[in-house]
Amino acid sequence: MSDDKEKLLVRGEEFLQVFKKGAEFTQELLKENERLRFRTASLEEENRALKDSGGSSDHLHSLRAQLKRLEEELEQMHNRFRETEAENKDFAQRYVEIEEENNNLANLYIASYQLHSTLNFKEVLQIILEIVINLVGAEQFGILLLDEKTRQLAPVASEGIEISELPTIQLGKGVIGEIAQNGENYIRKDLDGPVDLHHPLVCIPLKIKDHIIGVIVLYKLLEQKSQFADVDYELFTLLAGHAATAIFSARMYSESERKLSTIQGFLDLLTK
Amino acid sequence: MKTRILVVEDSPTMRQLIVMALKRIRDVEVEQAADGVEGLKKIKSSTEAFAMLVTDINMPMMDGLKLVSLVRQDERHAGIPIIIITTEGGAEDRSRAMALGANAYITKPIQAAAVQAKVKELLQLA
Repeated sequence: MSDDKEKLLVRGEEFLQVFKKGAEFTQELLKENERLRFRTASLEEENRALKDSGGSSDHLHSLRAQLKRLEEELEQMHNRFRETEAENKDFAQRYVEIEEENNNLANLYIASYQLHSTLNFKEVLQIILEIVINLVGAEQFGILLLDEKTRQLAPVASEGIEISELPTIQLGKGVIGEIAQNGENYIRKDLDGPVDLHHPLVCIPLKIKDHIIGVIVLYKLLEQKSQFADVDYELFTLLAGHAATAIFSARMYSESERKLSTIQGFLDLLTK
Repeated sequence: MKTRILVVEDSPTMRQLIVMALKRIRDVEVEQAADGVEGLKKIKSSTEAFAMLVTDINMPMMDGLKLVSLVRQDERHAGIPIIIITTEGGAEDRSRAMALGANAYITKPIQAAAVQAKVKELLQLA
C-alpha cells in the first residue's frame, strides 16, 4: 500500500514539473508575441511617416529631373566660364600686341617728326644720327651722299668711326655701290661679324621715289643689340624715304638761300 | 595729385620718345631738361619735389653720372628714385651707375613698355 502511495507521489511530482515548464513556455510565448506586435506597430508608423514626407515615386521622379536640369545648367555655366576665360586671354594678348604697335608707331612718328623739324642741313644730319643711335641701336655707322656729277657716294656724317676713315664709293661698285644703284635695303645675315667698311651690316638707300640721293651704312650695333626687331625694318623704310626728303629739302633750301643772298648782293650793288 | 617726373636727355628725339612713353602712365606729369646742368637747376629750384629722375649718361655740360651723384648728396632729393637710360651697355658702366645711387639701368634702344613698367615699379603705381 505504501509502495502505491509512493509511486503516486512521484508521478504527481513529475506532472507538476511538466506543468511548470508548460507555464514558463507559455509565458515566453506571450512575451514574444508582445514584442512582435510592438515591432509591427513601429514599422507601420515608419511606413506612414515615409509616405507623409513625400516618399512617393512621383515626387522622387520630379526631384531627379530637377537634379538633372541643375547639373546641365552647371555644365553650361562651366562651359561659358571657360569660353570667357579664353576670350579674356585673347583680349590680354591683343592688348599687349596693340600696346607694342602703339609704341612702334610712336617711334616712327617721332623719327618722322624730328626729320622734318628743320631745314638746316647739318641739323638734319644730326637728327638722322640720333635716330640711328637711339632708335635702331647702332654704334658705328655713316651717311654717304651721291654726287650727281662724279657718280660717287661721299661720306658726310658718321658716328663711332672717323668720317675720314669711311670710303668714297663709286655708284654700282661693291655692295654699297650696288645698293645705291638698285635702291633695295640690304641687311647682312651675320650681324656679329667683324667690321668691314665695304661690307656693312645694313645699307639703306636714301631715295625720293626712284631717285637715290645717298645711303646710310651701319657697321656695328650696340653691345646690347643682338638682332633687329620688326620696328627696325619699318624704321629703315621710313629713313629711306623721310631722311632722303629731309636732306634734299635742306640742301635745296640752303642753296636757294645762298642764291638769294648772291642776287640780293647784286641788287644792292646795282641800286647803290 | 600728379606724379612729377624729370627727364634729362640731350637728344631731342630720345627725349620726346621717353616723354611720350611716360605721359601714357596715368597721373604722371613730365618735365624735361637737355643736360645735367639744366636738370640739376630744375631739381633744386622746384618748389614741389620730383617723384623721379630719368636721365641719360652721355650729355654735354654735365653728364648723367655727375647729376646722379649731386642729387644723392642733396638731402632733399637723396631718396628720389633714379632711372638711367643710356647707350652704354657694359657691365662696368652699369655697376658704376648703380654704385652712385641709380635705382635702375636701361640700355638703348628702349622699349617704351619696359620703361613704363620700371617707372611704375619704382613709384609703386598701378
